Amino acid sequence: MRVGSDDNGRKPTNSRSVRVHRSSTGSTAPDARELAHRIRRGVIEQSKRANVGHIGSSLSITDIIAALFAGPLRAALPTDPDRDRFILSKGHAALALYAALHEAGRLTDQDLSSFCSDHSALGAHPEHVVEGVDFSTGSLGHGLSIGAGAALAARLQGSQRTVFVLVSDAECNEGSLWEAVMFAAHHKLSNLVAVVDVNGQQALGYTRDVLNLDPLAARWGAFGWDVHEVDGHDVDIMSTTLADLRRDEGQPHVLLAATTFGKGVSYMESQIKWHYMPMSDEEYAGALQELEAARR
Amino acid sequence: MRNEFVRALVEVGEIDSRVLLLTGDLGYNALEPFAERFPDRFFNIGVAEQNMVGVATGLAEAGYVPFAYSIATFASMRAYEFIRNGPVLHELPVRIVGMGAGFDYGPNGHTHYALEDLALMRVQPDLAVLAPADSEQAEAAVRATRLIRGPAYLRLEKQSPAIPGLDGRFELGRAQLIGNGEDVALIALGGLARQAVQAAALLAERDVDATVAVVSTFNPAPIDDLGELLRRVPLALSLEAHYLNGGLGSLVCEVAAERAPGCRVIRCGVNAVPRGQSGSPHSLYELHGLTAATIAQAARKGIALLGQPSEAGT
Repeated sequence: MRVGSDDNGRKPTNSRSVRVHRSSTGSTAPDARELAHRIRRGVIEQSKRANVGHIGSSLSITDIIAALFAGPLRAALPTDPDRDRFILSKGHAALALYAALHEAGRLTDQDLSSFCSDHSALGAHPEHVVEGVDFSTGSLGHGLSIGAGAALAARLQGSQRTVFVLVSDAECNEGSLWEAVMFAAHHKLSNLVAVVDVNGQQALGYTRDVLNLDPLAARWGAFGWDVHEVDGHDVDIMSTTLADLRRDEGQPHVLLAATTFGKGVSYMESQIKWHYMPMSDEEYAGALQELEAARR
Repeated sequence: MRNEFVRALVEVGEIDSRVLLLTGDLGYNALEPFAERFPDRFFNIGVAEQNMVGVATGLAEAGYVPFAYSIATFASMRAYEFIRNGPVLHELPVRIVGMGAGFDYGPNGHTHYALEDLALMRVQPDLAVLAPADSEQAEAAVRATRLIRGPAYLRLEKQSPAIPGLDGRFELGRAQLIGNGEDVALIALGGLARQAVQAAALLAERDVDATVAVVSTFNPAPIDDLGELLRRVPLALSLEAHYLNGGLGSLVCEVAAERAPGCRVIRCGVNAVPRGQSGSPHSLYELHGLTAATIAQAARKGIALLGQPSEAGT
């Protein structure tokens, strides 16, 4: 295994290589950072209004979502059949996606405020009936297969579109995910980009205790993917890495995004209980305060 | 039925360039005509049925019409949730093709018997379910998929000699009747229609007039046809190489309860897990009371018991 040192180096030829992207200077994607803040705020506000959980998971992927929606997915028009596709395979973090769609003008204030209300299309897991949601998800291990099919379709149609799939690390417990991993590598789907939210947690414990995934980078690499290890809260480095992915090497790409579950709200960070728990009034006030302080 | 399926699929593929064929590494000596005619539209996905259906979902969303082929048990059950959350939820034209209905894979044993696939598939409201009874119907069913905007499940049989009197008739949402006897209706799934026709002949020798109904489509189910038939007869037998619960017998009972409560229904099918019973399909029909002789016998017994409280059934 070769470990690279920067995101601008030449593409390694060894298919089992892993490139580690060091922290950035934080200057390339101010829009993405502001978007991340707004998404985070939306996640906190709406989870409190709806009094629901899955907050930690949504905060975990917020910066990944921001890098995608301020970057490659910025121009994706839901009505354009040739748009890039995005699949939130870890559907339980849908609120971060809704907040991003809201910021992109796809969802109104009223739409977003219907999250988890009666008769709302915006449930805790996303459905494709919502404009901007390409595929319904919620059952882990499904999204990458769909993404592989979507990427194959793009190739058959001679389209340059890219398919992004955001999966959780615990989702790598699912055998069906590895079916898709093998398929994508075999068919050299270099228009497929998976991002793994490596927060090290799952519903009932830490991934190392439940079903150890290590060495995750080596595993994806051994399956023939172009592997990039990134800081999942550094929107600049993720934006750069996404922009630099190449199509001509015949490998699907995966960003292993190291994240902190509950990122941005100190009392939630890396705490198992915030997979399911809603916030009290005091916790809510504290969370908002922290988010605003971090913004300054 | 495999060869006819592929022949019809090539025909549909010529008309519709969106049609693709995916296989879970099955279909040796069967799928080649499509693969050779359309090499760029044929994909062996590998032994990975979940991924096959997931990939088909992604392809269909982009405008393709993928046929995803495997043995019926694997195509329907291993990938069931992917079918539910994929093509059904998204209303996409994925066609799941399950080869080997009922006991078709006889000597291969229990893991290869599709005895509950129909039950599982027909409860998905937006999934068309087609179970042709012979080769001519199979070709018609493949052509009929062009009329189906959403997803479909095709339940195919290995051996499929023509059903006498059926003459290839097939229409979505319709039952096909053979004969018009009013003593008993023999309502058959798939190739068991052949036993049903033979049973009707045996019954005729005893002056019992039967109507055979071949049910090859579910979702849309032939509710009107079955309702009308059940109102005409005092007794109906459902015949299926499938578990008693959830399949054709359940459909017939549902229709009888809602449209023809005066008709008694006897469900003939598989009522226990067939453990250690591999053998020819016919030997399994014998074990489960699904030969022409046993069907005729069950009908006569049922007629004799009409008017009495009964726990009839096989």
